[in-house]
Amino acid sequence: MNDNVLVRLKGVSKAFDGEPVLRSIDLDIHDKEFVTLLGPSGCGKTTTLRIIGGFVSPDSGDVEFSGQRINDVPAYKRHVNTVFQRYALFPHLNVYENIAFGLKVQKVKKDEIDRRVKEMLELVNLKGFEKRHVGNLSGGQQQRVAIARALINRPKLLLLDEPLGALDLKLRKDMQKELKRIQRETGITFIYVTHDQEEALSMSDTVVVMADGAIQQIGSPTDIYNEPINAFVADFIGESNILDGTMPCDFKAKVAGHVFDCLDSGFAPGEKVDVVIRPEDVDVVDVKNGMLIGTVSGVTFKGDYYEIIVDVQGFKWMLETSDFVAEGQTIGLHIQPDAIHVMKKSEYSGKFGDYSTFSDEMDHLSDVVEEEE
Amino acid sequence: MNKTAKGPLSRLLAAPHILWSVLFILIPLAFVAFYAFTDNDLHFTLTHISEFFTPKYLGVFLRSVKLAAIATVICLVIGYPAAYFISRTSPNAQKVLVVLIMLPMWTNFIIRTYALSEVLEVINNAIVYLLSLLPESLVPIALDPKPDIVIYNETAVVVGMVYDFLPYMILPIYSVMSKLDYRLVEAAQDLGCNGFGVLRKVVLPLSIPGVLSGITMVFVPSISTFYISNQLGGIFLIGDIIDYYYYNNNHHFAAALSFVLMLILLAGLILMNRFGDDEKEGKR
Ligand SMILES: Nc1ncnc2c1ncn2[C@@H]1O[C@H](COP(=O)(O)OP(=O)(O)OP(=O)(O)O)[C@@H](O)[C@H]1O
Ligand SMILES: [Mg+2]
Repeated sequence: MNDNVLVRLKGVSKAFDGEPVLRSIDLDIHDKEFVTLLGPSGCGKTTTLRIIGGFVSPDSGDVEFSGQRINDVPAYKRHVNTVFQRYALFPHLNVYENIAFGLKVQKVKKDEIDRRVKEMLELVNLKGFEKRHVGNLSGGQQQRVAIARALINRPKLLLLDEPLGALDLKLRKDMQKELKRIQRETGITFIYVTHDQEEALSMSDTVVVMADGAIQQIGSPTDIYNEPINAFVADFIGESNILDGTMPCDFKAKVAGHVFDCLDSGFAPGEKVDVVIRPEDVDVVDVKNGMLIGTVSGVTFKGDYYEIIVDVQGFKWMLETSDFVAEGQTIGLHIQPDAIHVMKKSEYSGKFGDYSTFSDEMDHLSDVVEEEE
Repeated sequence: MNKTAKGPLSRLLAAPHILWSVLFILIPLAFVAFYAFTDNDLHFTLTHISEFFTPKYLGVFLRSVKLAAIATVICLVIGYPAAYFISRTSPNAQKVLVVLIMLPMWTNFIIRTYALSEVLEVINNAIVYLLSLLPESLVPIALDPKPDIVIYNETAVVVGMVYDFLPYMILPIYSVMSKLDYRLVEAAQDLGCNGFGVLRKVVLPLSIPGVLSGITMVFVPSISTFYISNQLGGIFLIGDIIDYYYYNNNHHFAAALSFVLMLILLAGLILMNRFGDDEKEGKR
């Protein structure tokens, strides 16, 4: 008996036209949790959400809600509401009628509907918009109507499919805060889909990183960022330098010909591993103090720091430094033991984490910097 | 594109259309109006117009309205679910089904109606034969002389109208439904609607424009039809009367009947579209 598991997926698989889209997904979602499904386009986030919502039935595996198997419960009978990608508001109804829709279906009394719609409009900051036609609302306003329309039913679980995808950056940030506030105030469990890692890290209690129809890692935002489980997660969450390495023994990692102290243990002696080093965790030092020596091949001014690309024995690292270094300059790299994250080899090894492919993008950016000098 | 360049160009592009409208719509209409209000000596008169409202012709008109209305309702009852069903099949099936619906429209309607009269004749004979097999006490009608059960009566006319004009009901409704955003259906389910609720609360209100144009496209040709009634029903509707007077050299009276019919239809259409607009704006 798992005290407060609200939704449980057990070995859920789904294929469309013979193409596997989800491969045996196991996932527990706890009551009042803000869970984010994060992953690149096409990895199966929406499909997972639709399986929970009841719009897609899994080929195999079970969906449980409060301990009950709900595979065969149709969408309209589930105590789940959805905020759809691009809203799906009813164009023939005004704001009030859109929000009241679910309560009308449940035949709630008119004065209670009135009261709750009013409450919702307040919650999403749309007081006075009752009679407005949904077609004439801005994206952000439509968004909030969609949220109110789902929330008014007081579901145990709210599914949100990239709800902020169509909004501009400023509005997005505001809405992120607002959603977080609503989630805290209502205590409703949120499953939130996004492919924006920043959004995922800043809003969630738990992040579920998906790729190719499989869950790669489940954890808190800090866990996911600091302890990525494989090269895919490390690359997808933030910027990472991912290098081939070996573990000669516990607490030592050999990367780029240098043996670093590290905090990882439990690998076989001499085991091949992936090593992740975040750009902000490398200190730029004099050549004579450097653990590694490299040549700067690109510099981009980022406001409060410089992002530089450094060529170390042919492997391009991305680093962040607050002190200016010139292109072509030779520098030393100093790395603390806690900045070295050792991961087991996976199917994603060698696919990510080298910034030499980044150079095209860098070129025109660094041109701008040069002109400013 | 700037406006100065667009003005003359778009006027030029519209020219053929305007010419067409003037030549083939406005001028003939003017003729109809002119004939409707004149006598044989081309003097102004209201006699033809007012004759429309005499019991004889008003009766025919009301009968036309009745049959056209029944046919329209039947088309709606058959056509709406049909359109809904088609819109829910796979894209390929939709293409095939739409072609099947349109196929009869490629046959001349006179030929189609004639063929239908043969079919109804056969069905009628079959029914009479089956009735003759029953014990006499169970048969409510006399079988000799041969009764007309599904032909040469109003039923046959309605069948003919439905048969000929059903596609005009299905296609506009289908066209609206196929453009209906399926996510709205899912949104309604998400908010607790079962299949019937989705139909009533989302699909129906959003398909009103298609229904209105379907009603128009069935009712207008039904009320003014002149061949179906005669061939299948052996009765005269308002269209047959117009046809009759036109071919018997009473153009003025034919024009007057047409003119009044047209005005009544126009008033009806305007009223209906008003209703449709209200529907769209929401009733609250
Ligand atoms: N109804 C369907 N029929 C066929 N293929 C589908 C269907 N729904 C999804 N797919 C396929 O399943 C895969 C996963 O789709 P899904 O929508 O779950 O991805 P996603 O992670 O939500 O991506 P995005 O971030 O682009 O929304 C895709 O390759 C998609 O083409
Ligand atoms: Mg998606």
